[in-house]
Amino acid sequence: MSNYSKSQSIREGIWSLIVGLKITAKNFLKPTITVHYPRETVPTDKLEGYRGHIELVPKPKDPFTPKCIMCNLCATVCPSGCIKLVTVKEPIEEKSKSGTNTQEDKKTAKKKFKKKLVAFELNYNYCSLCGLCVQNCSVKSLRFSKDIYLAGYSKEEFEYDLLARLRAKAKVKSAKELPQKNSEG
Amino acid sequence: MISLAQIPIPLIKIVVGLLGILIFIGLNGLACVYLERKVAGHIQRRPGPFEVGPHGILQPIADAVKLVAKQMITPKGADPILYWSAPIISFAPAIVCFLPLPFGPSLQNISINIGLIMVLAFSSLNVLALCLGGWSSQNKWSLLGAARDIAQSVAYEIPLLLSMLPIVLLTGSLNLADITAYQGAWPWQWLVVKQPLAFIIFFVCIFAETNRAPFDLPEAESELTAGFHTEYAGMGFGLFFLAEYSYMVVGCALATILFLGGYQGPVAPGWWWFLIKVYGLLMVMIWVRWSFPRVRFDQLLNLTWKWFTPLILINILITALVVKLI
Amino acid sequence: MLDTTLDSLDLRGDFYTRNFQPHPSENRLILNMGPQHPSTHGVLRVILEIDGEYIVRAEPVLGYIHRMHERMAEVKRYEQYLPNLGRIDYLHALAWNWAYVGAVERLMGLEVPKRAEYIRVITCELNRISSHLLWWGAYLLDLGAFTPIMYAFADREIIMDILQRITGSRLTYCYYRFGGVSQDIDDKFIEQTKELCKYLRPRLKMYKDFVTDNIIFRKRVEGIGIIETEILRKYGATGPVLRGSGIAYDVRKTKPYSVYSEIEFDVPSYELEDAFGRYLVRMQEMEESLKIIEQCLEQLPAGDFILPKAPKRPKPPAGEVYFTVEGARGEIGVHLLSDGSAYPYRLKLRSPSFSNLSLFPEVVKGTLLADAVSILGSLDLVIPEIDR
Repeated sequence: MSNYSKSQSIREGIWSLIVGLKITAKNFLKPTITVHYPRETVPTDKLEGYRGHIELVPKPKDPFTPKCIMCNLCATVCPSGCIKLVTVKEPIEEKSKSGTNTQEDKKTAKKKFKKKLVAFELNYNYCSLCGLCVQNCSVKSLRFSKDIYLAGYSKEEFEYDLLARLRAKAKVKSAKELPQKNSEG
Repeated sequence: MISLAQIPIPLIKIVVGLLGILIFIGLNGLACVYLERKVAGHIQRRPGPFEVGPHGILQPIADAVKLVAKQMITPKGADPILYWSAPIISFAPAIVCFLPLPFGPSLQNISINIGLIMVLAFSSLNVLALCLGGWSSQNKWSLLGAARDIAQSVAYEIPLLLSMLPIVLLTGSLNLADITAYQGAWPWQWLVVKQPLAFIIFFVCIFAETNRAPFDLPEAESELTAGFHTEYAGMGFGLFFLAEYSYMVVGCALATILFLGGYQGPVAPGWWWFLIKVYGLLMVMIWVRWSFPRVRFDQLLNLTWKWFTPLILINILITALVVKLI
Repeated sequence: MLDTTLDSLDLRGDFYTRNFQPHPSENRLILNMGPQHPSTHGVLRVILEIDGEYIVRAEPVLGYIHRMHERMAEVKRYEQYLPNLGRIDYLHALAWNWAYVGAVERLMGLEVPKRAEYIRVITCELNRISSHLLWWGAYLLDLGAFTPIMYAFADREIIMDILQRITGSRLTYCYYRFGGVSQDIDDKFIEQTKELCKYLRPRLKMYKDFVTDNIIFRKRVEGIGIIETEILRKYGATGPVLRGSGIAYDVRKTKPYSVYSEIEFDVPSYELEDAFGRYLVRMQEMEESLKIIEQCLEQLPAGDFILPKAPKRPKPPAGEVYFTVEGARGEIGVHLLSDGSAYPYRLKLRSPSFSNLSLFPEVVKGTLLADAVSILGSLDLVIPEIDR
């Protein structure tokens, strides 16, 4: 009995090797699945849901200004502290009032300051892409970009100013749209 | 002043032959590297080398340039003489091994009547090189690799030698050209039909001889980092590499000559048949390497001592009886 | 000329080598396996004392990738600590996510919506499969087979694509939130996951033919690294290491959390006690995970994916909680101590890899070097999880 089972196990062992060779041979004949990166890129449907670095969402009517209300919630919630909002206080000019400056007007003018966003700095080097800032934004002024092909020579290249980025994007977009409108008109 | 006529013709023949062999070894190294990486890639559903030249065809040349240009580092505490002689000792005998091989009907460098023994003797020198390299590197992993290699060589050399004996008994010659001539043009006239067991054992032993997976114990990457050549950089490593591929070709060429009819083929016998068979066997070796896990050290010893040696001895006995009786 | 005398070399080594007392016998070699060794998968270092190729003694040295995760929790607010969890065990990140989120939820008494629980189960099990697939490939790589890891990665890629669509990341997920998950799953996700289940079953069959039945592989794992129940108990091993020795202990069954009690699945266990038993448990677990995913997709209820009034910045009441989940490597525990502020007072992470590694020195005694690699691989260690 033991002799029989031994020869049986030897036969099975040798057969298992042949099965292994068969499987690799089958895979050898199948097409490759590599994406040849510089020449090909990942299909865009696979990038659905991809979270790149954050970007500002513009106001629906004005593509040059973000929805951001400068509440600083994103900067405080960020675990890595990589968001910094640079703001300045600007007095509000009230044009509708009469030109004479009474004392009352001066008092109110002192009080009426408006915060203005100068820069929205993101240090992408320290970002861990957790998404807490996007989730916590009270006016939905943040979203994830789809920038996937990021490479640079220094870490300074990844310190973004998202406001400047938004404006540059809007400029490009409007420059594209303008000639179309002109041709239509 | 020696005139040209005074130089003996056999010497010219050997020099020309050696040059030819060196060119063949170099080209073969390049071709094998490319072939191996491409086959491995496609088995794993990758394209393999793709960037240098069309379909990466120039990749082996780029690799060779890189290896030659790299700094030769001798590790602290290594014995420099032994350390640097090891790759040379590994590579040099490989050239000699090609001398008695009949590539074609008239394409044999030296036709000597102990060709088979000569090939075996010189190819065994590789073990010494591996041992020296491992010992002199001042690295514990290299040392373990060398120790494994010696134990392994003792184990596989015996069945390797014994598996050739039935062929010698049948053909009655050690000259490789005679052995080829003994076999016919058609596959059923080849000796593999008469000696299938010897062929299988021979081929498996070739894996061990050339340190190929699943018997790549001396260099076992995941166990001994890189085994005996852990410390080698640049052309030191390059020579070991080249030697490994050369021995692979020598092994496959021997298998072709002994069992597969050498340069003989159904139509138009010639060196092309020889090369087709050799590279066919090489493909099988590559295929096997990328399919199986590595065996353990003592399992290889078990396999060779407890299975191959008795089996091949029985095979020799039967062959001898048949030869005597018929 | 190089000075080759041994005196000129600095052979004193570091703290660990100096304190690793050599055996009285002289025929022993002390060998450092790691921290940069192909089969220690990261920066684990094992000091071995070997006699020939037989291992006399082994001692793992830890701390090469210690990142102070536990300390970090004390200086970050509860929600700010979430991204750290994905980095503790990068292969089964969602289980760690769950363990922490679950602990905070219990502390605050949050009731997670049913749909969110189901989404958690589905994603966590998908992640478990991807973790096991990577282990499978890497283990075979340890044993010298180069091809399986490529097949495993090809399959793992599909899972990562699916998870990326809803979690946003491919490896270090930060998906679960207090009271639910960060994003709802959609029909496309469900469809893709169903397709994956259909695709993976024949692949698992192929893996069985290709590797599990292979005679060379069998000889490398059968009877290697036998871990007895006594040792397992002593070191608190969990997960497939425990189940590979015949003890069917699985947190999902024994202490059912979430909706695992509503789902039918088996806990595979083999009484082989060797590396092969652990291997079989993991292969079987992948199939069980597929079963769980399919059931969850069928039973998936409608509703909220996150508790509508879940606090984004929680301030749990003072108290103490210990919550465990079943990770791919074993029981993951989070012990949380709160003093009522927005910062955890103390957080202790129980990582299964640490306990599983602790038994390595006992198991590896008297085996060959090649077997040590096989045993180390069969424990399925993730080094960042050991050091935390």
